[in-house]
Amino acid sequence: MATAPKDLNKPAQEVLLRIEGLTKIYDGNVKAVDDVSLTVTKGEIFALLGGSGCGKSTLLRMLAGFEIPTKGKIFLAGDDITNLPPYQRPINMMFQSYALFPHLSVWENVAFGLKRDGMPTAELAERVEKMLNLVQLSKYAKRKPHQLSGGQQQRVALARSLAKRPKLLLLDEPLGALDKKLRETTQLELVNIIEEVGVTCVLVTHDQEEAMTMASRIAVMSEGSFMQVGEPDAVYEMPNSRHVADFIGNVNIFEGIVDIDEPDHVTIRSPECIHYVGHGISGHSGMAVGVALRPEKIMLSKDKPETEYNWCEGEVIEMVYFGAHTTYHLKLDSGMVIKAQELNNTRDLSCNLTWGDRAYAYWNDLAMAVLTN
Amino acid sequence: MAKKLSSFAGVKSNLLNGRSVVIGVPYLWFLLLAAIPLLIILKISLSEMESTTISNMIDWRDGWPKLTLNFVSYQFILTDSLYYKTYLSSIQYALITTVLCLVIGYPFAYFMARSPKHIQPTLLMLIMLPFWTSFLLRIYAWKTLLVSNGVINNTLMSLGLIDAPLPMMNNSFSLLVGMVYSYLPFMILPLYANLSKLDIRYLEAAADLGTSPFKAFWLITVPLSKAGIIAGSMLVFIPAIGEYVIPELLGGSSTLMIGRVLWDEFFNNNDWPMASAVAVIMILLILLPMALYNKSQADQLEAKA
Repeated sequence: MATAPKDLNKPAQEVLLRIEGLTKIYDGNVKAVDDVSLTVTKGEIFALLGGSGCGKSTLLRMLAGFEIPTKGKIFLAGDDITNLPPYQRPINMMFQSYALFPHLSVWENVAFGLKRDGMPTAELAERVEKMLNLVQLSKYAKRKPHQLSGGQQQRVALARSLAKRPKLLLLDEPLGALDKKLRETTQLELVNIIEEVGVTCVLVTHDQEEAMTMASRIAVMSEGSFMQVGEPDAVYEMPNSRHVADFIGNVNIFEGIVDIDEPDHVTIRSPECIHYVGHGISGHSGMAVGVALRPEKIMLSKDKPETEYNWCEGEVIEMVYFGAHTTYHLKLDSGMVIKAQELNNTRDLSCNLTWGDRAYAYWNDLAMAVLTN
Repeated sequence: MAKKLSSFAGVKSNLLNGRSVVIGVPYLWFLLLAAIPLLIILKISLSEMESTTISNMIDWRDGWPKLTLNFVSYQFILTDSLYYKTYLSSIQYALITTVLCLVIGYPFAYFMARSPKHIQPTLLMLIMLPFWTSFLLRIYAWKTLLVSNGVINNTLMSLGLIDAPLPMMNNSFSLLVGMVYSYLPFMILPLYANLSKLDIRYLEAAADLGTSPFKAFWLITVPLSKAGIIAGSMLVFIPAIGEYVIPELLGGSSTLMIGRVLWDEFFNNNDWPMASAVAVIMILLILLPMALYNKSQADQLEAKA
């Protein structure tokens, strides 16, 4: 292996959250979460990423204490909290669509948890003020939640969940209720606030972009299990399975057979072309593998490449204009359709390729990830 | 183009007409059967002769109706302490009934709203089941349960738990039993409707912030069900003030309720002006909580907008 994946579950300086073999079975046989183990270090922002029904929300709800695990243990800072009720856990959650108390003002919402702890009035007022300043909502302290915009409600929810200075902050689809434009600015704002407070954070999202921009590590979940755990770039560039490659971003997958297996390179023969991969793989010749190739790593040209490997020829059957880039759908002679993404780096839209054109797609020998399972 | 526009306008005016008919019919109904009778009662309450009825309520002079306002009946009501005491006692009984219905009905509605979805329709059905039997019959049935030689006293005595029959009939106890029994569904239904809509996530958020389930009930569930509490209380309190049948059948002579005074003035004394005056004052008494209720409803609508 040329670029060995980093040891992603490396023993950390200070483990805050440890999950051991956590399993949740509903109604006798529906496995929502299936034997999941994980450690999260202090100060980390960890994302659980997956489609609906993958078990990410159930896992989060077990951390919050709303669901009792069928099997397994949860440790927070070394203490077993598996069977602790939610109101005794030093964990706070920012709920999906916020669950702000509609009958209480912004100030009272933020103060709610502190009052339950019996914090002295002066200290409480100071803390609430500090939290409202942190999310820039001091002016709105007297308003009721319904008098705020979606983005403001989101910030109240954040202030409320941070007010008690939890050891662990849980975010359930934190930006799901906001529109796209607002989501992008809020993502960074949210990360800045979390880092400023220094709280460890586990967030659940179905949006891979959200997970990539916010998290320091991602776990891709499917059918109750972790498919891959790692840093965003590692998960994106080095997916370990077809599922992960397909779930995170767009991908073209060529099915092929390993032809030459050398320590520093391999060639893989697929019906469309011969792939030359510039690093070794953990496989053997004759093995059936998938070659995953991201659309943005493919270049298009009308001229035939001069190399022997890593190109194929097809017909442009579709062009999708996105503004910053254009995605071309290329139908290869084998019948396979691949997507190639080209940057629109000039304003000249009458770029040379159009519907019906024959074109060559090519890429370099470190562009693809070989999927052995 | 112009033709098209005018045909659109035609459709619109038709819609408007349809709308005014739909809205107008109930208003006409109320005008004929609520507003006009109320005005008649108001007029009669201000007549001077004791023998005034609908047929002679308007005083004609030279072909014109003459409007004379006479406050004799109101004066009498305000000076005779019987009326004052009866109003007070009616309000008292209605209040106690409302509080008892709330105390019994709230937990009932709460657990109904929390029970599995598939059995909720059955539970709801059971609440409404008593309405299938005549109200009068059900109240009369209570009589057979509560009288000195009734089912309850006989059972307790034969078990040797008591020596003499408990005085459970023709007093405020039997009155309240009957009232609470009859009005309980009117408390439970609006409470259930409200509580079943309560978003569980609010309770989860409260728990997450360190609130025990008991405290979360008082801090979240009760305040958020305020509208249901008010609606249920109004539905019980307002008809309970003017209740006639239950005091007549279960209350005995010792329990003062304004509905019975009203009956006596109309049918025993034949004093229509006095009876009307009693009714008008009762309406005024009921209007106060109604106004408060309307205000809270309006506030809520405003809060949602």
